[in-house]
Amino acid sequence: MNWNSWSDFFAMGGYALYVWGSVAMTFLLLAGEVCGLRMRRRTLMKTLERWIRSNRRDGNEKSA
Amino acid sequence: MSTVNQTLPGKAGNERFHFFRFSSPQTFFPLSGKMIPWFATAAVILCAVGLYIGFVVAPTDHQQGESYRIIFLHVPAAWMSMFIYCVMAFWSAVGLTLNTRLSSMMATALAPTGAMFTFLALWTGALWGKPTWGTWWVWDARLTSELILLFLYIGFMALQASIDDPRRADKAGAVLALVGVVNIPIIYFSVQWWNTLHQGSSVSMTKAPSMAMTMLLGMLIMALAAWAYTLAVVLARVRCIILEREKHTDWVKEYVEKKA
Repeated sequence: MNWNSWSDFFAMGGYALYVWGSVAMTFLLLAGEVCGLRMRRRTLMKTLERWIRSNRRDGNEKSA
Repeated sequence: MSTVNQTLPGKAGNERFHFFRFSSPQTFFPLSGKMIPWFATAAVILCAVGLYIGFVVAPTDHQQGESYRIIFLHVPAAWMSMFIYCVMAFWSAVGLTLNTRLSSMMATALAPTGAMFTFLALWTGALWGKPTWGTWWVWDARLTSELILLFLYIGFMALQASIDDPRRADKAGAVLALVGVVNIPIIYFSVQWWNTLHQGSSVSMTKAPSMAMTMLLGMLIMALAAWAYTLAVVLARVRCIILEREKHTDWVKEYVEKKA
């Protein structure tokens, strides 16, 4: 085992800034991409739903 | 229901186009939806195992101390940045020559993830360079060509975003992607062609890896995690693009109403 304690682990032998800076940026961007895609999908589904409904209403009004 | 789609003789048509079955957005859409949870789960599990091996099991490096642990993020990100570009160029070429819409959509869906991995390779590289080389950045062949790769991704996305007609945007982007692919061998061989500050590759096809087995294992598992993540995210993005571009078709309308 390389680590004697949690503080030892977080200190990363004096390289905490570099190692944890890499880890933080990596997971920040991965999480950001996943959340961004979720939001894109949700807004898209809402817009499409509204668009389809309004198209149908227009069609019905014309045929009426 | 009307039978508009049955003008073609159904059976013969199906058999003739069997090979290209999943090249149609309509058949690809449900299939990709089923695959996403599997790739996402694989990514989470592989990432957890890889990080455990890399940050807990793998021994300290006798030269670089603990700073070398950045390798478990840096190398998979750098590999993905180049690999995604090759896949993007491949789908661009297919889209350009065979005029298949889905191929071009795949190329478009790959670009943001590729750009993200390129940025991560540069970011983690800078954070690794500072303690080992004493500088965040040098205009070395490897680093500069990787920065050019980031600009290629950004240029591809900006070009496609600036053209309103999606089919024209596909073609323009494809040409850019194909021209830029020349940069990939430059990145890959830069450490051999030029005398650079960046170290040579630690893993190659031809000779035994110059690193401990546990380190290599952790790195390969992290690379697999990056693959699974990319597949999940790109499939999710291409599904959004399909819905946007195929919104005039009956099947998208049915899908949206069923989900609503």
